[in-house]
Amino acid sequence: MNNQIFIQTVRFVALVLAQVFVFNKIDLFGFISPYIYVLFILLYPVVTNQIQFIFISFLLGLSLDFFGDSGGIHAAACLTAAYVRPFLLKFAFGVSYEYNTVKVSNTQFGSRLLYFTLLIVIHHLVLFSLEIFNLENILYILKFALFSSVFTILISMVIMVIFSRKK
Amino acid sequence: MQQIINFFINNKNFLLFLVLFSLSVFFTIQSHSYHKSKFVTSANFVSGNLYSWSNNVSSYFGLRTENEKLLEENSRLRNQLQKLEQATPLETLDSTMMALDYIVRPAEVINNSYSKTNNYLTLKAGRKDSISPEMGVITSKGIVGIVDQVSTNFSSVMSVLNSKSSISVMLKASGHFGSLVWDGKDPRRMQLIDIARLAPVAVGDTVTTDGRSTIFPKGILVGRVADFSLDQSENFYIIEVELFNDMTRTANVYIIENTRKEEIITLEAASENE
Repeated sequence: MNNQIFIQTVRFVALVLAQVFVFNKIDLFGFISPYIYVLFILLYPVVTNQIQFIFISFLLGLSLDFFGDSGGIHAAACLTAAYVRPFLLKFAFGVSYEYNTVKVSNTQFGSRLLYFTLLIVIHHLVLFSLEIFNLENILYILKFALFSSVFTILISMVIMVIFSRKK
Repeated sequence: MQQIINFFINNKNFLLFLVLFSLSVFFTIQSHSYHKSKFVTSANFVSGNLYSWSNNVSSYFGLRTENEKLLEENSRLRNQLQKLEQATPLETLDSTMMALDYIVRPAEVINNSYSKTNNYLTLKAGRKDSISPEMGVITSKGIVGIVDQVSTNFSSVMSVLNSKSSISVMLKASGHFGSLVWDGKDPRRMQLIDIARLAPVAVGDTVTTDGRSTIFPKGILVGRVADFSLDQSENFYIIEVELFNDMTRTANVYIIENTRKEEIITLEAASENE
């Protein structure tokens, strides 16, 4: 258990730093940045205290907001992602989730991609709606959310492959 | 009573979500209100120092262009000084005798964003360097933004590339003034609005600050007119302004303090109250 806390803490700090100092500097075509810190929420152990998880996700988002001067937009997006995660897990992995046997790094490619896509798209939609904060620009919000989501999904899948433990 | 408690226990996840979500929306709205002290700002101890370390490393990559910029500015200032010396004999120029209207202080940019809709910069200069909110920030090429939050060693600057930013500027040639805003699309271009239709506008005209606000002195360069059209009411121009300053690579800036600001503000407040 202590081991698990240690892993999560390291992952938290590493992802925040990587996001702030590497991925925030990437501006593909001038406006697309990937938000890979969502990986923390995606990979958090499935069997968990949901209250604690929601609170940690809030802290994750808030630390990103401190670095980006963005008010509370990352915090709100992370919260939403953390809150809907159990439903998405159930939807993507079905029965095996109910029996508590899911470990995200060991799942099949198809259902993993589905899970990643849904969670990242929801996260990005909340993020960009709050960032632009103007329903007149709804097309703009959708455009940003779509392009960034695709980029984030791509990079997170690559990171999953690189950091997967070989058996 | 039992039922109420049960309701809270059964829905504790959702309630926690709701409370924290409202808190983040509150932070978001607070960040949209102009010049209020905020809780969430990058001018704090942790992120300020981290940004400053990272900048210590990354600043080496742009040294050549920064040097060229500074040399260019030095030579321009030397020329101006020479002209001034020729016009007025040096003996009468004693800096301690003149009360300066504006004090200029240098600062290093340790974090810069330009691809979001609300962009901020973080500077390595804070309260202990006499920086305070609502001071103007410029480079040798043009305007950068306005100081928003200040901590002991750092300050965050609302970039001109921010949907909340509005800066009063004028067309240098004719003196017609309007507001410079950003539509969030291209970090090289901003929009000049509220210029009356009867103003003569031509592509290539220079746009400078107009000194109506207490933040920027008059005549700081902003950009040149790239394109213009009439707005829907056909009474005002919407002018596309190409910025002189490349906001995507700003490493060294100057912070401008207006020493007569208090006086101007009290005077204006007094005449408004009459």
